[in-house]
Amino acid sequence: MLFETRSSPHFSGPQSVTKVMGMVLLALIPGTAALFWYFGWGVLINIAIAITTAVVAEAAVVGLRRRDIGYALGDLSAVVTAWLLALALPPLLPWWQTVMGTAFAIVIVKQLFGGLGYNPFNPAMAGYVLLLVSFPVTMTRWLPPDVISSQGLSLADSLHIIWSNSPPAGQTWDALTSATPLDQMRTQLSQNQMISEIRESPLWGDFGGRGWEWVGNWFLLGGLFLLWRGVINWRIPVSMLASLALVAGVFWAIDSQTHPFPAFHLFSGGAMLGAFFIATDPVTASTTPRGQLIYGALIGLFVFIIRTWGGYPDAVAFSVLLMNMAAPTIDYYTQPRIFGQRDDDDA
Amino acid sequence: MSESRTIWSFNGGLHLDDHKSESNGRPIVDLPIPAILTVPLQQHIGQSAEPIVQVGDGVKKGQMIARAIDFVSAAVHAPTSGTVTAIEHRPIPHPSGLSDTCIVITADGEDRWDELPEPMTDYTSYSTADLRERIRWAGIVGMGGAAFPTAVKVNTSGQRPIDTLIINAAECEPYITCDDRLMRDQSADIVDGIAILQHITGARECLIGIEDNKPEAAQALRAAIAERGAANIDVVVVPTLYPSGGEKQLIQLLTGQEVPSQGLPSSIGVLCQNVATSAAVADAVLRGRPLISRIVTVTGRGAQNPGNYRVAIGTPAAFVVEQSGGYSSDVDRLILGGPMMGFALHSDEVPVTKAANCLLAAAKAEVPGPRDAARPCIRCGECARVCPAQLLPQQLYWYARSRDLDKVQDYHLFDCIECGCCAYVCPSHIPLVHYYRFAKTEIWTQERDRERSDIARRRHEARQARLERLEQERKARLRQKKEALEKKSTDAKDDPKKAAIAAAMKRVADKKAAQSATAEQTPEE
Ligand code: SF4
Ligand code: SF4
Repeated sequence: MLFETRSSPHFSGPQSVTKVMGMVLLALIPGTAALFWYFGWGVLINIAIAITTAVVAEAAVVGLRRRDIGYALGDLSAVVTAWLLALALPPLLPWWQTVMGTAFAIVIVKQLFGGLGYNPFNPAMAGYVLLLVSFPVTMTRWLPPDVISSQGLSLADSLHIIWSNSPPAGQTWDALTSATPLDQMRTQLSQNQMISEIRESPLWGDFGGRGWEWVGNWFLLGGLFLLWRGVINWRIPVSMLASLALVAGVFWAIDSQTHPFPAFHLFSGGAMLGAFFIATDPVTASTTPRGQLIYGALIGLFVFIIRTWGGYPDAVAFSVLLMNMAAPTIDYYTQPRIFGQRDDDDA
Repeated sequence: MSESRTIWSFNGGLHLDDHKSESNGRPIVDLPIPAILTVPLQQHIGQSAEPIVQVGDGVKKGQMIARAIDFVSAAVHAPTSGTVTAIEHRPIPHPSGLSDTCIVITADGEDRWDELPEPMTDYTSYSTADLRERIRWAGIVGMGGAAFPTAVKVNTSGQRPIDTLIINAAECEPYITCDDRLMRDQSADIVDGIAILQHITGARECLIGIEDNKPEAAQALRAAIAERGAANIDVVVVPTLYPSGGEKQLIQLLTGQEVPSQGLPSSIGVLCQNVATSAAVADAVLRGRPLISRIVTVTGRGAQNPGNYRVAIGTPAAFVVEQSGGYSSDVDRLILGGPMMGFALHSDEVPVTKAANCLLAAAKAEVPGPRDAARPCIRCGECARVCPAQLLPQQLYWYARSRDLDKVQDYHLFDCIECGCCAYVCPSHIPLVHYYRFAKTEIWTQERDRERSDIARRRHEARQARLERLEQERKARLRQKKEALEKKSTDAKDDPKKAAIAAAMKRVADKKAAQSATAEQTPEE
């Protein structure tokens, strides 16, 4: 009797890229729901626009390269990229800016480098940075939290604003939008206000920005789910948050009137989303155990530096992209010791 | 016996469904001898054995039919009585589907033993050299799958003395139960073999490493040890974690020591042997029987009647499956060995060899094959997390794929034990091990080519040197001839004046020499 042959192992485990990506999407749901709760329909509209763009763009490029489109989309990585990017965007961003950022992320940053697995930079963050430097005004036009209750922006209102890039009749942008807590903190600190004064503002919650602190909590929960399911490991998120908290803690201890306390850094911007969902992107992060600790810690450090002294309010995207560049070098110098190798064998 | 022995751990590894219960329930069954046996000359690592019979010769069971011709080689014996009907290339079980020289024996059905060497019942009265010679005669090789000649492995002279003998009874691959069954059914033989191996190697203690999914086997061994009163043999139960039966992994589990990268266990005073090998040693020493059969597990959903069978070496795999009850209709693949490291046979018309521990007739549902084509590596690092050799499989893959043979070696390709853990967990379903085998083969080919060209170059250089030397000699002879001729002519017109001058100069020189000799002596006086 003749049989078909194949190379061992003849078993394979239950894991697949599609399942991993699916798990990430699942884990994003609580944080996304919280964002929606505090910032309204814009959040969901952005996600819908971004996912549609990503799927179309990916299909187009894969089609042009004469590869199997269904197979390429089947790994869900384009959806993950789009979703992550959308979460970082202001909720009322004009639709075509979202489209542009997403298309850039998928076509240039991901596919032109060879597609999933070959991109040296995190596509979502690269897309975000492109938009931030191209459209600084719209990209910093956030809503105050609890927008649903305070502004009463309905789904139709939101669609109108996003479509036309103009506020509803009788309203002004100034009345409608505000800075993010991080942004406000930076601006007011630069005007020599004391932290204690800044914290009087209605933008502040208990330990972070109002609304933001809860969004952060829910992303943290999603992150813990990923840890529990073994989709990510603890090294990058823990080292990133720990280093951010540590550096922030040192400066706060030195002068608590010009440096916000550490929890503010962890719970006011993209730190939680960044730590669990973005810095952990396996394709662009460091892969060795020691390397991941260094990688995460440096991201945390850069987040603090850029937020405190840099030109942009939130710094997760810049820090991640910076460290993406350093990842191969970090990996090279942190190769683990192999079995049976003495430490001095081949440093 | 110490219940409190520390069990260490190794990096990575996998918890797999063990599928042992399909085949471990019934005692070993002796299979009949087929009409034709095909005995390969190379069933072991090293040089092929050299036939010492000819076509047409009658042979008896246990008669040596091919001898070991090199240090690392193993003799081959007739598995039954009959006639040698061919010595020729036949397909052998090898991943490449290669053929190799086999001695084909047509059985006479009488299964008559040859005259066997004296049993060495009181083996302690024999020298270790004699015992090794017996093992070498019996053609015993490692029966866990690697098939390294045992006589060579137990020859530890000139090395660091062996403190610990480790018996590999882990049997960590799913489905395989031949060792489990052997331990339950022939525990006394195993313990006898261990005592002999300990005597030969001088190992002070022996640890039998066995996974905790074989409690009956562990119990049987303990009973046999107690009966023999062998206080220095310890059954050590380790957790079921693939690949705890990897030699280096087992040594670490039991001793906490790491065998150096690219090194041998003997460098840390350890010798590792498989349980079945140990039983074969007992057979050879205590009964004078060579290795002519082994236990083979037939299992998988593609087999009607899973179980363990004693099979004469040279029996076609097809015959083994058929005698065990045949294939079931949904058989999809026939794997020699386990699902993680075994290789898929192209045809079942290949013989069982000394290393063949399992015939896994797998149904489609058991070996789903690639669910979809491999996706690109997403650098998730899962592979590195499970790698027992602590390698970076994704880097190895990257460089193997781009044929960067230097870089793969920098990343320690040759420390990869091909356990398949990395490929098993890879979410992109990349056949990683396949790439490592490919890279290893490439490197070996390159080395062989280099060696060949080295030999060619050396030959060329030697020839050049020889030619040059001949040329030099020819020239020298010519010169001598010429000089001789010239000398003759100068001798003829020898000048008396010149001779006088030469004599005078010699007198001056002698005087000078005498003076300086005195000067040198002076300080000492
Ligand atoms: S498990 Fe597969 S996808 Fe993940 S790093 Fe290893 S080779 Fe790449
Ligand atoms: S096959 Fe090789 S690289 Fe893969 S896990 Fe096993 S030892 Fe590591």
